[in-house]
Amino acid sequence: MRFADTLQFATGSLRGSPTRTLLMMLAMSIGVAAVVVLTALGEGARRYVINQFASLGTNLVIMLPGRTETAGIGPGMLLGQIPREITLDDATAILGSTAVKRIAPLTVGSASLSRDALNREVVVLGSTADFLEVRHMSMGLGRFLPAGDIRESASVCVLGNQMKRELFGNEPAIGQWVRLGDRRFRVIGVLAPQGESMGFNTDEIVIVPVASAHQLFNTSGLFRVLIEAKSRDVIEQAKHDAEQIMFQRHGGEKDVTVITQDAVLATFDRILTALTMAVGGIAAISLAVAGVLIMNVMLIAVAQRVKEIGLLKALGAPGKQIRGLFFAEAALLSGIGSVFGLMLGYAGSTAIALMYPSLPVSPPWWAVLAAFGTALGTGILFSVWPARRAAKLDPVAALAGR
Amino acid sequence: MIELQNVCRTFTVGDQQVAALRDIDLRVDGGEYISIMGPSGSGKSTLLNMLGLLDRPSSGSYLLDGGNVTDLDDEQQARVRREKIGFVFQSFHLVPRLTAAQNVELPMILAGIPAEERKGRVEVLMRNYGLSDRADHKPDQLSGGQRQRVAIARATVMNPTVLLADEPTGNLDRNTGWEVLKLLEGLLEQGISLVVVTHDAEIGARAHRQIHMLDGRILSDEYPAK
Repeated sequence: MRFADTLQFATGSLRGSPTRTLLMMLAMSIGVAAVVVLTALGEGARRYVINQFASLGTNLVIMLPGRTETAGIGPGMLLGQIPREITLDDATAILGSTAVKRIAPLTVGSASLSRDALNREVVVLGSTADFLEVRHMSMGLGRFLPAGDIRESASVCVLGNQMKRELFGNEPAIGQWVRLGDRRFRVIGVLAPQGESMGFNTDEIVIVPVASAHQLFNTSGLFRVLIEAKSRDVIEQAKHDAEQIMFQRHGGEKDVTVITQDAVLATFDRILTALTMAVGGIAAISLAVAGVLIMNVMLIAVAQRVKEIGLLKALGAPGKQIRGLFFAEAALLSGIGSVFGLMLGYAGSTAIALMYPSLPVSPPWWAVLAAFGTALGTGILFSVWPARRAAKLDPVAALAGR
Repeated sequence: MIELQNVCRTFTVGDQQVAALRDIDLRVDGGEYISIMGPSGSGKSTLLNMLGLLDRPSSGSYLLDGGNVTDLDDEQQARVRREKIGFVFQSFHLVPRLTAAQNVELPMILAGIPAEERKGRVEVLMRNYGLSDRADHKPDQLSGGQRQRVAIARATVMNPTVLLADEPTGNLDRNTGWEVLKLLEGLLEQGISLVVVTHDAEIGARAHRQIHMLDGRILSDEYPAK
């Protein structure tokens, strides 16, 4: 029997019971569409997180005081010492590494920001001119912090976009004075609206030179040091150098933690990929259910078409051919069902993408392939038994409809 | 050319063995016209199925054109059925979703004959059987006689050497029955052997060779003088 004839014959018998065929294809479509949409959502979540990290800055290494893990008991711990703080000198020393492009020390505190009668509590970041580049921020108006001596406590500040609006409304802010804690600062720039990044709204901050922040909060330590490596390849070296430099400067004690953004990102990436696969796997269960449905339908088809099978045998069709006919039917059912499912899934993903534009929803290619493959596979796998049953029918009994 | 030697066929019903055929020896030559008659349960249909390779003997052997076909596997037996044997059934057994022409075409599709050749052969047959204007009708749009003619066209489309008919007129009224029978008898001129199972003595009497069966045995096998 020719391949084209087999397909035509199978199509004919599927058309013979259109309601059943349509329902089967619907079941298959829903299964495939579920896999596509759910993995698209998972993949969207993964990309969203990666984008958030990318907005933090590229090739970023972050140093923070204290260790998250201990290697034995150091002398300091016995004396009850707290970890030594990271000073501005430490931060500048890191620039000695060949792998480091630039650094931005970071001090964080909160203070009340006021202009005339307007007053509110804000997050104050103390940093340097390089912060803008390291953190991938962009200016709306004016200039960022001036480059120069890191210890100079100039009385200038840069306002987050929303701060500017709250304090000045539509009036020009550049050159105006605001009060931050017990000091007066001149506004030299306003950040462009950045939106939220890692749960931290950069529109509601005030940035001042790090030395000014130290005076404002009466501290000398740094909250973080953001280190930008020269390229992606030297991130590990930058991390290692930073650790070494701090090790030497702190008298042979490892009392800082250096994390790379890549490591954090990789963890998130792994978690979310696993999540996507888990969700896809759950959706694939519906494909297995559709497979069982196909088996059921094929068994009914065998029972209903017993006479036809008997006739085909009498006309000279060997068992192999009859098996092939039923396989072709199952493959057509699940194949066409899958194609509809893919279309449905892509339509669904597009709809979600339109509803939540911030979520980069798009089904990953591996999930699409897997959904299609699983659908076709289960369809054919679950038709093995019915097809074998049809092929093994005794022609005499089958012709009599028994 | 067809020879059954000591063929037995037993069925297991419950825990009992029922013999449908007992020690059948039969030889059918080319171009013969045979009728098999007998009461229900005498084994005539089983014998026909045996001749058509739809059933395998429990013991004994079946020789077709000198070769033993009892040893053949499923695929080879199917091939023999396809190329040498045509069936006509009492209840026609047309595929309801296929048109008359498609039903006639079916054996050639199974045999893998190219579409162009199939079309030509179907057309010729449909014309010969006076079915040209019914070619695109589904079986339920045809009369009983037309359906059986379609079935005969289907049985002969592969040019078989033997045509096996199980009560071919059983579901037809008398006049149509006769027409169908004449059509079948016309095939004898093409050298096709015809084996008709019937319980209608009048029909059975038309055959050149008449076999009577009872309880799975051949009771008589005679050539009545014309």
